[in-house]
Amino acid sequence: MKQSKAVEIGVGLFVAAGMAALFMLAMKVSNLSTGNIGESYTIIAAFDNIGGLKVRSPVTVSGVRVGRVDSISYDFETFEAVVGLRIGTAYDKFPEDTTASIFTAGLLGEQYVALDPGGSDDNLEPGDRIQLTQSALVLEQMIGQFLYNTAASEGE
Amino acid sequence: MILDPLQRLGRSGISFFGRLGRGNVFLLQTLAGLPALLLRPGLIVRQIYSVGVLTLLIILVSGLFVGMVLGLQGYNTLADFGAEESLGVAVALALVRELGPVVTGLLFAGRAGSALTAEIGLMKATEQLSGMEMMAVDPMKRVIAPRFLAGFLSMPLLAAIFSAVGVYGGFFVGVGLLGVDEGAYWSQMQANVDLQDDIYNGVIKSIVFGFAVAWIAVFEGYDAVPTSEGVSRATTRTVVHSALVVLGLDFVLTALMFGD
Repeated sequence: MKQSKAVEIGVGLFVAAGMAALFMLAMKVSNLSTGNIGESYTIIAAFDNIGGLKVRSPVTVSGVRVGRVDSISYDFETFEAVVGLRIGTAYDKFPEDTTASIFTAGLLGEQYVALDPGGSDDNLEPGDRIQLTQSALVLEQMIGQFLYNTAASEGE
Repeated sequence: MILDPLQRLGRSGISFFGRLGRGNVFLLQTLAGLPALLLRPGLIVRQIYSVGVLTLLIILVSGLFVGMVLGLQGYNTLADFGAEESLGVAVALALVRELGPVVTGLLFAGRAGSALTAEIGLMKATEQLSGMEMMAVDPMKRVIAPRFLAGFLSMPLLAAIFSAVGVYGGFFVGVGLLGVDEGAYWSQMQANVDLQDDIYNGVIKSIVFGFAVAWIAVFEGYDAVPTSEGVSRATTRTVVHSALVVLGLDFVLTALMFGD
């Protein structure tokens, strides 16, 4: 009887350790704690070029993460990429003339949407469209521009 | 004369398919024996102890060292690109997606699978299984099913423990010894490891491996030639076949999960 009690305690500890490990993987290793933004609303921004932006990419304001990219689609009316931004309801006071830009974290890091609040008195409502956007920088375009400028200045 | 090699080929083919068929029938009988276990949970607890708890030590130690090696190797490679901050992602993804389930599966086959086969094989060799049948106790329900279920349940838990310990092993080497920023280690990991794509898929892998290894182990024991040589062969086959099946299934599962 004593033996079987020790066995049962051992099994209990084992199962608890396994559950704790799964819980730790979910909470501490994965994006469950950061990816979940709770109550949220969606606003829309259209870009000429989104570069390497993906669904679930972060949305930040002054570096603070306030949401994530919810959807990416292409609009054949305006020939622009339409990006849906899911933003936590805690951050619902963005002025109407907020700018959305696509930046890259670090030299080779992932791309994210940075919001830059403007000075308007009216706030963005859920479903609103951000008017001012800045596309992702594409390395090839930058190099092409640079070469073009260099050639132009040498030609003078 | 000329037909001799052909005959040998045919014989080995027939015995191969015979074993495969017996294995599947055996699996069905085992699964049919599982509901009866609900009445006797004590049987499962004792088997989980010998299959899971006693395997815990080797899993903890290997997980720690695998994580530490990943931290060291990952750091040396990533430092060349100035991306040491990504060490946490590299360690976590390698462990959660691949090394956790696969290495745990291999160790589990070596530590627990071989023991299951030897135990059941010896029971058969010493005619304990026949004795049970004489007493109208179904060995499938009394002996095989609890061992199979214990292996199947223990494997995902062991794999999760392996991955979790490995992440801390990588943390210990990367942050403790090599000076990677602690915040970067965790935050990069959290930003890039996806619960659905990475963690769940890793758990699914470990469940599949647990099923396969437990099945092979109990079947090889039950199907062993009831002599000391037969049992030793069956034990060897358990380890070899489990390793092959784990690695083969891992490729198939990886192709299905991450191959798009």
